Amino acid sequence: MRDGEGRMDAPPVRGTIQAHGIHKHFGALHVLKGVDLVVAERELVFVIGPSGSGKSTLLRCLNRLEEPSSGSILVDGIDLLDRRTDINKARQRIGMVFQNFNLYPHMTALGNVMLALRKVLRLPRAEAANRAAAALERVHLADRAAHYPGQLSGGQQQRVAIARAIALEPRVMLFDEPTSALDPELVGGVLQVMRELREDGMTMVVVSHEMGFARAAADRVVFMADGLIVEQGRPEEIFAAPKHERTRAFIGQIERH
Amino acid sequence: MTNWDRFLDSFFNMRVAAEHLPKIIDGFCLTIVLALCIIVTGLAAGLLMAVIRSFAIRPLNWFIIFLVDLFRALPPLVIIALLYFGLPAAGLSLSGFASAWLALSLVLMAFAEEIFWAGITAVPKGQWEAARSTGLTFLQTLGFVVLPQALRLTIPPLTNRTIAITKGTALASVVAVPEILGAAQAGVSFSFNPTPLTLGALAYLVLFLPVVVLGRWIETRFAWKR
Repeated sequence: MRDGEGRMDAPPVRGTIQAHGIHKHFGALHVLKGVDLVVAERELVFVIGPSGSGKSTLLRCLNRLEEPSSGSILVDGIDLLDRRTDINKARQRIGMVFQNFNLYPHMTALGNVMLALRKVLRLPRAEAANRAAAALERVHLADRAAHYPGQLSGGQQQRVAIARAIALEPRVMLFDEPTSALDPELVGGVLQVMRELREDGMTMVVVSHEMGFARAAADRVVFMADGLIVEQGRPEEIFAAPKHERTRAFIGQIERH
Repeated sequence: MTNWDRFLDSFFNMRVAAEHLPKIIDGFCLTIVLALCIIVTGLAAGLLMAVIRSFAIRPLNWFIIFLVDLFRALPPLVIIALLYFGLPAAGLSLSGFASAWLALSLVLMAFAEEIFWAGITAVPKGQWEAARSTGLTFLQTLGFVVLPQALRLTIPPLTNRTIAITKGTALASVVAVPEILGAAQAGVSFSFNPTPLTLGALAYLVLFLPVVVLGRWIETRFAWKR
């Protein structure tokens, strides 16, 4: 099933992702065709590419929401695909933010953030509440703790979702098109929170079309097409002087837009 | 005697009513006990089956679907009769009360399972993913995130179905359970006057109207805050 490539020669380094030879099949569809992605500690990697290029699938493999067909993934030194790995324990270290927020509608903002603190970390109620409140403070929503998701704007919901993830103090944060479902005027607040996370040294992998943010904040931009990484480099290289025709075409389309 | 007097004498005969009221009240209490037993076991078994079904163990799911379809297809009276008149032939005899309780519990279980299952599958996949991504286990996700939402979705259809099936307690009169209808029919045979049936109908109203109103209240109580 798995090819062991890149497992032995890549020693575990804290706070990094080391994914090698990732393949993913959905039935007859070959979505990832051998992707290697290494993310250094405190690095912000932006993944861009046309729809259907496999970028979201790759991201979802990194916390095993999607089971890779083959390959190896180490996150924070933990072998995610090892059958002996407790995936629930590993996921505490990998925060994820979704396009559609996916807040629990029956719980308040504070309740959303507290749930995993109580049930996964098994913190006492008071301590969990304190930590959840601190996480909401970090996303500038301390005053919305008692609100239900239905009472919050999309941007606020997404920030609660970020608080829910960072409250567990993950080593890595994965963002799956975090601003795609937002009205334009609400995007700024979410990007601001992501910028602050980055300044605090969070390791981040972001799938997004926010090219302005990528230019300003990303350490590296990865361009994917047809299930493969076509090109990667510093944002200024990728945006100003893409080497590959496919990258050029994609950047051109985005820029014209 | 005018037609109107004859009508009053048949359905609203105060003397007969006073005479048979105690029996109807006994039947009323018995109906409540029977209905509560059915609701508790039927809903609990239905929820349990829906939860088991969410584990997606294929042979088990086939079995659940078979059971559910069986008890949704059979008329409740047929199940009651099978249990009450049929089981003794197999050396196992159930009282009328136990037969009615078991039969209607099975029917409620079958319908409730389908409703709970529909509720579970109606909760968006993103809820599962968000919860699992924070390290919650499958069971924790089911218990703290999915079921609370699924149950809210299921309250209106579940209330309707529960009321419909608990009204089936009247079928227990066929197997000699002196619940409301049984008591009323006995009253009619003794008095040669249908007034006890009027009392029975009133007793059913007194019993089920509050349940209907309660169902409506639960629906609004559990709507999400917006």
